[in-house]
Amino acid sequence: MIFMMLQEAWSAMSANRLRTFLTMLGMVIGVGAVILMSSIGAGTQAKVKESIASMGSNLFIVLAGSMTSGGVRIGSGGVQTLKMNDASAIEELSSIKAAAPVVPGTAQLVYQSANWNTQVSGTTPAFFEVRDWPSEEGSVFSDSDVRSATRVAVLGKTVATNLFGDESPVGKTIRIKNSPYIVLGVLASKGQSLDGRDQDDTVMVPITTAQTKLFGSQFKGVVRFIMVEAVSESVMDKAEEEMQVLLRDNHKLRPNAEDDFTIRNLTALANTAAETTKAMSLMLAAIASISLLVGGIGIMNIMLVSVTERTREIGIRIAIGAKQRNILLQFLLEALMISIIGCLIGVCVGIGGAYGVSAFFPISVVITQSSIVISFLVATCVGVFFGFYPARKAANLEPIEALRYQ
Amino acid sequence: MAEVIRIEALTKNYHTDAGEVCVLKGVDITIQSGEFVAIMGPSGSGKSTFMNILGCLDKATSGNYFLNETDTTTLNKDALASLRNHVIGFVFQGFNLLARKNLIDNVALPLVYAGIGAKERKVRALEVLKSVGLEAYATYLPNQISGGQQQRVAIARALINRPKLILADEPTGNLDTKTSQEIMDLFCELNDKEKITIVLVTHEPDIAEYSKRLINFVDGRIQHDGLTAHFQASHV
Repeated sequence: MIFMMLQEAWSAMSANRLRTFLTMLGMVIGVGAVILMSSIGAGTQAKVKESIASMGSNLFIVLAGSMTSGGVRIGSGGVQTLKMNDASAIEELSSIKAAAPVVPGTAQLVYQSANWNTQVSGTTPAFFEVRDWPSEEGSVFSDSDVRSATRVAVLGKTVATNLFGDESPVGKTIRIKNSPYIVLGVLASKGQSLDGRDQDDTVMVPITTAQTKLFGSQFKGVVRFIMVEAVSESVMDKAEEEMQVLLRDNHKLRPNAEDDFTIRNLTALANTAAETTKAMSLMLAAIASISLLVGGIGIMNIMLVSVTERTREIGIRIAIGAKQRNILLQFLLEALMISIIGCLIGVCVGIGGAYGVSAFFPISVVITQSSIVISFLVATCVGVFFGFYPARKAANLEPIEALRYQ
Repeated sequence: MAEVIRIEALTKNYHTDAGEVCVLKGVDITIQSGEFVAIMGPSGSGKSTFMNILGCLDKATSGNYFLNETDTTTLNKDALASLRNHVIGFVFQGFNLLARKNLIDNVALPLVYAGIGAKERKVRALEVLKSVGLEAYATYLPNQISGGQQQRVAIARALINRPKLILADEPTGNLDTKTSQEIMDLFCELNDKEKITIVLVTHEPDIAEYSKRLINFVDGRIQHDGLTAHFQASHV
């Protein structure tokens, strides 16, 4: 019976090919747009997620500066108020897992005939823990390297490639600002940061080496910023408060004085970025699904025309014993068939379009199974929903009136 | 002989812009199994309306209609559809075949709604097509055969579910004299051999002549109900 009805629906569809095709086109475009848009959305989200994951989790950055000097307000990092002991004090807090002081600078690196200008940061081994950044080759420097300010370096992936090519840098000696440094290891690749910087274009040296030998700060033990990792996401707010109290205390600030440091919750910032891309991809999908709705209305329109056109046929069927549900099912099936076939083509168009977009534009796309499944379900619902009214109209025809219809 | 149709005090009103129009004004008829009844009457006498009510395509305003001893006035749409499918075979003036389907599928259509499988449908459709002499055209479309042949297909479709009763509404109205005779011979044969009760509406006296009993409608009432020969004699 159901096979017979399917055949029936198919033959009704093929009786008016152009019209069926145009009706289907509505669904094809609708489903295609939904899949394409949600792939672009998912691609962007995946990229942001990757960047966030590469940043490390539950992260704070404590920046020096933000002080007022004679009415002139100086921005973060403008003054040197953070010290090494601030970092070690922060690390003592119960809500803090690790804190790594950082002294950044730039320097020219030379290895044999190759040279490369990059960011050189002095830090402690805690940095690699906070940023969740293991070495890919060799190892990172240790606390004893920091204590004795040895001339050792850990290279980012980009730097290693630029200086050494295919050669392994571990154990080799490079020159930073004309002083020799032994390469201990190469860090695993992190890729781009949220703002598009290449995170692998960097070199790490022990912070003491950077302070005393490389950049030679005039104040001993001064750091530019401290990267801090909290124990867990739930203690982030508490950690921020504790750090503020601690630093104010350490810096002996009066109760009415402004903070001479800035604490930034990087994880919250990243989450905001993630939320924004999520909202953006939802909006894309929502706009695309409007075309799905329009496609559904197209189906309803054509089904209504079809019912009117075939009133006499319906009359004949009813006269020879078709029950209401037979007629209802026949037209419902036809609407469903148009929307499902349209949806299948639309899925192909959407996937093809997504690949096309990623091939011709610098946009990353991720085709999610859920977008296919959801658009398929929605298309089916659209078929049933918009097919139901015309089908019921057909099923409710009075036999005698339907037969008389010219 | 069992009665197939019993109609008591049947009336039918239509609502029109001009007000209530009374088309049937109290009709009482009993038709026994195996009868061959012709219904005549001038245009507007109510004979077609009566026929539609007999075929369960239309509902009476008041009165009772027992088909096969079932009171049809109490039945819902689906039960009526089932009656049309199993008990009645309908033959229309305009054939009413489905243009997109070949003859086999047209003939087998009632069996689809009777819930019969594809194989059996085909076998039975070929069987009835053969009985009306059209098995050679089984895969033709309706517009590829003549009007007389189309009406035979329509009769085959009416026969396929082995109905007790065939209702024909001016079945020869669109056909020439010779083809009309062939169609009427077919009806006579069905009546004689298969003992199928036949009720047909016509306005041609020579078509009515094939019947044994004649009911003449005038202005929504039965004016004559008796042997066809008697009526023809009184109207010559």
